[in-house]
Amino acid sequence: MIRVQAEDFDIGAEIAALCAGNTKIGGVATFVGLVRDIAGEQTVGAMTLEHYPGMTEKKLAEIEAEAHIRWPLDASLVIHRYGRLEPGDQIVLVVTASAHRTAALEACQFLIDWLKTEAPFWKLEETPDGGKWVDARATDGAAAERWVVDKSEAAE
Amino acid sequence: MSNSINMLYFAWLRERAGVAEETIEPPAEVATVGELLDWLKARSEGHAAALADLSVVRVAVDQEYVQLDHSIAGAREIALFPPVTGG
Repeated sequence: MIRVQAEDFDIGAEIAALCAGNTKIGGVATFVGLVRDIAGEQTVGAMTLEHYPGMTEKKLAEIEAEAHIRWPLDASLVIHRYGRLEPGDQIVLVVTASAHRTAALEACQFLIDWLKTEAPFWKLEETPDGGKWVDARATDGAAAERWVVDKSEAAE
Repeated sequence: MSNSINMLYFAWLRERAGVAEETIEPPAEVATVGELLDWLKARSEGHAAALADLSVVRVAVDQEYVQLDHSIAGAREIALFPPVTGG
């Protein structure tokens, strides 16, 4: 399930709703992203998340479908917020549920790594020097890169 | 028949171009994304500034990521934006 919203979310309530009625689930993994108050050497008062309505949902749905192909998941949820957020606010939630922990944990990391390089969101930080668009980090690309399946190798 | 395309600009590309959305009708000889970006640079100083360094411009044609050699034939919506920074 994919949700792109301005509103905050309740992690406990989301997990409970996702797993309700499915007693095959033996493990649930979650990742929660929060707004930091420091970027490099600068303090950040708040940030505004811009996104591309339509493509955002499409890319998130594709990423989620890919996770279900790679791991035996019983349920999954990705919530990503947009709009103005302050330090400590929740930005993103990834929940994966499976019969066993390995699939849930690996799929959760895959989803957040992939989301960071594929989903069209942009952060504008409010700093003492004014608004500053956050640069993409090479480490995010590297984190997503390790999930790339070499199709030619897999076919051999 | 001219090819009418809805252009979308996000984040600092929107700020530099000075426009969030516009309808364009590029001439027939503009066939690829790369050629379209060159053509767009002539629209305004803002467009030229936004597209000065294509290594930090990502392109989506009808909401799919594409490279500069991708054809724009039949494209309805083309979005230009910087590398993504969500999550």
